[in-house]
Amino acid sequence: MSDILSIRNLRVEGRPPGGAYVPIVKDVSLSVRKGEVLALIGESGSGKSTISLAAMGFARPGCRIAGGEVWLNGYDIMKLSPRERHALRGDAVSYVAQSAAASFNPALRIGRQVIEAPLWHGAGDAATLTAQATELYRKLDLPNPESVGHRFPHQVSGGQLQRLMAAMAMSCGPDLLILDEPTTALDVTTQIEVLKAFKDIIREQGTAAIYVTHDLAVVAQVADRILVLKDGEMVEEGTTDAILHNPQHDYTRKLMAAVRPAPHLVDHVAARDADVPVLSVQNVTAGYGTVTILSDVSMEVPRASVVGVIGESGCGKSTLARVVAGLTPAREGRIELNGKQVEAELDARPREALRDCQMVFQMADTALNPRQRIRDILGRPLQFYHGMTGRKQADRVAELLDLVDLPASFASRYPAELSGGQKQRVNLARALAADPRIILCDEVTSALDTVVAAGVIELLKSLRDRLGVAYMFISHDLSTVASFADEVVVLYAGRVVEKGPSKAVFQAPWHPYTHLLLASVPEMRQGWLEGVADTAEARAASTGSVQIGAKGCPFANRCAKVITGTCETVAPPVRDLPGGLTIACHLPPEALPA
Amino acid sequence: MFRIILRRLLQGLLTLLLASIIIFGATEILPGDVAEAVLGQNRTEEALATLREQMGLDRPAIVRYADWLGGMLQGDLGTSLATDRPVADMIGSRIWNTLRLALLAAAISVPLSLALGLWAAMRAGGAVDKTMAMTTLALIAVPEFFIGLVLMKIFAVELGWLSATANTRPYYDFWQNFRALALPVATLSFAVLAHMMRMTRSSVINIFTSAYIEMAALKGLPKRRLVLRHALPNALSPIFTVIALNLSYMVSGVIIVETVFGVPGLTRLLVDGVSLRDIPLIQACAMIFGSVYILLNLLADILSILANPRLRYPK
Repeated sequence: MSDILSIRNLRVEGRPPGGAYVPIVKDVSLSVRKGEVLALIGESGSGKSTISLAAMGFARPGCRIAGGEVWLNGYDIMKLSPRERHALRGDAVSYVAQSAAASFNPALRIGRQVIEAPLWHGAGDAATLTAQATELYRKLDLPNPESVGHRFPHQVSGGQLQRLMAAMAMSCGPDLLILDEPTTALDVTTQIEVLKAFKDIIREQGTAAIYVTHDLAVVAQVADRILVLKDGEMVEEGTTDAILHNPQHDYTRKLMAAVRPAPHLVDHVAARDADVPVLSVQNVTAGYGTVTILSDVSMEVPRASVVGVIGESGCGKSTLARVVAGLTPAREGRIELNGKQVEAELDARPREALRDCQMVFQMADTALNPRQRIRDILGRPLQFYHGMTGRKQADRVAELLDLVDLPASFASRYPAELSGGQKQRVNLARALAADPRIILCDEVTSALDTVVAAGVIELLKSLRDRLGVAYMFISHDLSTVASFADEVVVLYAGRVVEKGPSKAVFQAPWHPYTHLLLASVPEMRQGWLEGVADTAEARAASTGSVQIGAKGCPFANRCAKVITGTCETVAPPVRDLPGGLTIACHLPPEALPA
Repeated sequence: MFRIILRRLLQGLLTLLLASIIIFGATEILPGDVAEAVLGQNRTEEALATLREQMGLDRPAIVRYADWLGGMLQGDLGTSLATDRPVADMIGSRIWNTLRLALLAAAISVPLSLALGLWAAMRAGGAVDKTMAMTTLALIAVPEFFIGLVLMKIFAVELGWLSATANTRPYYDFWQNFRALALPVATLSFAVLAHMMRMTRSSVINIFTSAYIEMAALKGLPKRRLVLRHALPNALSPIFTVIALNLSYMVSGVIIVETVFGVPGLTRLLVDGVSLRDIPLIQACAMIFGSVYILLNLLADILSILANPRLRYPK
């Protein structure tokens, strides 16, 4: 039998605290051959992670494997004793989790954790295993392969940690590697190097792999075969090529349709003419404690328009929204709403200024009080801003729910009774209750599945057209921003590197960072990864890490076009280019990436 | 990291200074003055005047405070009003009894509670865990004088194995010492064991939900190694804190145990001092207890800082 792993009729049940067991994986069968990568795809709740863990004979607390066979290397691991099953884990099969930052023990040195499994299973002594691990670090292109094992997890960057977790999984020389959304938590520019590392090492060692993800563009780069899952059931299985180009099942087609094209392939929105901007941020500097996050940021949001704020995690996107809302007071600079300056601090702003500027957060469920009914959640701002009570308030709550396409009967529900997308609609209705001029949307669709997220974006568009409300739309999802925003601001390390109408920002010429960012968004095209990972831009970007508070241009240490001696020391000039585009770069306009 | 520890040390010193101000100030805000409080009902103008002069009460409070604190720092704890002996001598002869009791109880209860807590965490939800949860809850609920009396009734009165009074003599051999000290030490240990054990258990179980424990489990490691190698190092900080809290609680718990078992210790001295209104003695004892409390918490914080790799090895 050439199958490393073969799962037959797997059934897994889960139990909510205090409840009864309900099936979460129903009758799933799959097999993986040596050197083959099988991708499990589906939306959240499709059971893909549960299946991948069951391949190790493992069920999370509150779950149990209720039936079926799991054959690994010719053993039915469900029939093994717990001790024998433990012996397989970390030896014949190993696991790479979504977040390396959470999966490395913060109290132990990286090297010890990397060699722990083979050492425990008696695959060699510590010195030999450490030498092998060092070799792996070198193969994975980790900086300082000799010394990185002596460090603690908090001392290395997220992308490096993710590669170190790959080393940890490979250190035991597994026959089967399970990768559970291994790049989902990473920024796109980091994702490339990690994906490349995974792919190379799987090919080199001839390991079989299960790759769990919801990102079809990533699947196109790494998988040989694809298994599509929905609600714990198999929908369709086939080669990557067949599934991507000739999907048979309706659900697969729906998933494919929800995939957004790479941002430079999108038909961009043109900017609108505008008079007095609804929001104007001028030379704002802000941070937490002694740390400065935003330096000298200026931007405007015209009336009834959408301004996208893009950039990678830690670049200050959320801080910018918090500064505008007054939650994090700006240290320097001016904030104007409707042409009138407002105080930096929330407490000092008049009620009218508060009403005009509302915020919607990424985590839809933590933003809603679980002990309040929807009618109370929406009723409070109505009373606070408009003095509405009783009958009037109830009518307005029904109107607001209707505005966000939810039935009026939801008013009597608790947040726990709503789905993720519905909760986010309630959050939006809560913001609309104030009758704001601008809504700050902080990654409002990031925690939602693609199809649900697309619905929320459609809703935002129609609200803008009907009510004339403007959005500051913060997102790391460039495709959505490209298709939705009138204007775009690109942030890097707390500074504006490029801004202008969406059409201009997503087309050449670009700031070198914008160029890297756009080129890093995975495309559905197979072979895309190999092409992009080899460019000078990608290589330059992987050598450095983001530095906050740099003296010159913050991107200097990762830029392929760096002018040595100038970029690191002198702050870049802000250049106005045709089409309303502004770029902060030392390069003359004709030398910018195009 | 050294700056953090240094700052914490300075905070400890500051707290100690504040404690001294409160202790000294408490005697200052008595109605009338200290002399009136000391002499109580049977005061005469004459006696008051003598005592005021003896205690130097005619000087401003700030000067007397500085004097008192300066004396403390040099080991001069003042002179007892009740016995006219130096307070330092009185305390010196008693402190060893109390210290021995507390140290023995700590030496037993800390390792025992850690071991039991880890055992319960490994068997979370099982019979062992549930039995221990019941027992420790019962122990927490029952006051220590009751535990002391029950132990005394069983082991000293009924069985006659151990001594009901904790008086030791310098010429005692090991077994005689053991007979004398076993019951008070056990009572004191019971008082703090349960809380420390439950805290150890819950800290470790709390860590057990984190992703890196699942990762370690998927490496095929047995539960024992997950608890000891992966969960415990991350649970140390809360465990240190609760140990410090309980040991400082023990210092006051000693009062009851010393009374029940008739130990001639520091807290008995304090109780006597209160009934005799021996202000210098009370102040000195209060300062000692306060210092122990502050010192233990300081120690726990410094150990927590040392146990945190983020602080030990900054980026």
